[in-house]
Amino acid sequence: MKKLINGVDNVVDEMLRGMAAAHPEYVERVEGTDVMVRTGAKKTDKVVLISGGGSGHEPAHGGYVGKGMLDGAVAGAVFTSPTPDQVYEAIKATECGKGALLIIKNYTGDVMNFEMAADMAADEDIEVEKVIVADDVAVENSTWTTGRRGIAGTIFVHKIAGAKAEEGASLQEVKAVAEKVIANVRSMGMGIEPCTVPAVGKPGFELADDEVEIGIGIHGEPGTHKEKISSASATVDQLLDKILAEGIYGAGDKVAVMVNGMGATPLSELYIANLEVSKVLADKGIKVAKTLVGNFMTSLEMAGFSITLLKLDDELEALLNAPADTPAFTQF
Amino acid sequence: MASKIYQCIETIGNRIIEQKEFLTELDREIGDADHGINMARGFTEALAVLPKDSDNIGEVLKKTGMTLLSKVGGASGPLYGTAYMQAGKVLAGKTSLSPEDGKAVFEAVIAGIQKRGKAVKGEKTMLDAIIPAYEAYTAALDGGASIGDALDAMCKAAEEGVEFTKTIIATKGRASYLGERSIGHQDPGATSATYTLECIRDFVKGI
Repeated sequence: MKKLINGVDNVVDEMLRGMAAAHPEYVERVEGTDVMVRTGAKKTDKVVLISGGGSGHEPAHGGYVGKGMLDGAVAGAVFTSPTPDQVYEAIKATECGKGALLIIKNYTGDVMNFEMAADMAADEDIEVEKVIVADDVAVENSTWTTGRRGIAGTIFVHKIAGAKAEEGASLQEVKAVAEKVIANVRSMGMGIEPCTVPAVGKPGFELADDEVEIGIGIHGEPGTHKEKISSASATVDQLLDKILAEGIYGAGDKVAVMVNGMGATPLSELYIANLEVSKVLADKGIKVAKTLVGNFMTSLEMAGFSITLLKLDDELEALLNAPADTPAFTQF
Repeated sequence: MASKIYQCIETIGNRIIEQKEFLTELDREIGDADHGINMARGFTEALAVLPKDSDNIGEVLKKTGMTLLSKVGGASGPLYGTAYMQAGKVLAGKTSLSPEDGKAVFEAVIAGIQKRGKAVKGEKTMLDAIIPAYEAYTAALDGGASIGDALDAMCKAAEEGVEFTKTIIATKGRASYLGERSIGHQDPGATSATYTLECIRDFVKGI
């Protein structure tokens, strides 16, 4: 294993300390926890948004703490959900009487730990609501699985619900707009090369030299199948087919697009992928109102990418275009 | 000398820590390769913070549960944390245990895990070891078996439960994404639960 670290046990702690040192104008770490909050939290006088999950997905989620997005982010061990006490610390450190919305990616551990934290907060009479993002179309949503995974589409939930909260909306209103994003966002990814969790020391899965995994999850979980690598365009077509088969996006609709790198995919390749995305959507008469290309929800050094589509109405479009100022996402 | 309940937790913790790599490898095959690492981190902390000389069984178990809850993470943290806390609740204030207490603990633990994990038997989870173990333990005692024989029956059922998990498709947790590809692999949670039951048997029989 070759990694730029000082020891496998220090990865999360040193990452958070380094992040706090880099962006003191945006974020600070709640002492004694793995929670990042806005610098000067508790003064916002609005509904607060908290997200988090295992580490290794940077800039998610600490990079999205700041004006117009999150108020707190909880970092678990690499690829492991954070514990309820840590999530509870994030609620306590940020909540200012208007309630807290927990934004959870649909993974068994994340859901359980965040729900237990919500129970703890409710015991203290803090108003807490939760939304569960499940945008990954690679997983069939049936009674036979734990449900679709939450992946890169989560960033759109952070952005849009964050903008709504910033406007002074109530907890129920912020939750409602987050649910609207969740209902209209779908993603699918693929992996070219695996990644290695530092504490494990070897890759989480194996791929032959000419092989890729279609539908991969953000921890390298298996997708729909393995196949021989093909062109960027053919790969994009395959992922988009599955997303478009959801029947959400049709001619005349407006969408936001995210072409997300998994960590080790060069931006040049992400732009090549986006070219095909834009062509396919144009052919179908779907109007692209906004495109994000970059590393938004990564999986350590995994190579690969995901495509996310979000159908926009006027409310979602306005909130998506509202200002945000965070370490990893800024627009004016 | 450390109390019996501390020694029992120590036996379980040491077994989990010793099997860290094997449990992680099982999880690498069908999950996310962290079960052994996370459980070992939790038990290392628990053994460091538990009161060594307290013979208040309920209190030690509750503290074990809270420590696992705050240190393990993933799905195992809430599930094992809940299991130990439920056991602690049932045994609040006790300093010794009867075979009947064992049944009550099983019932509370199973109910707690089912509530938190929303799972039932046959979904390739820890419950596939724990529920048959409970049934075998109860049946043995009800049939007039000694506690030693009942504990042996419990462990045998748990081990068979682990074997059974190799034959079924996972429908809960990260292994469920594999669908049919999860067949042939044993469930890491059922495996660590069986280690726990084996340690309890060995410890009780050694007293």
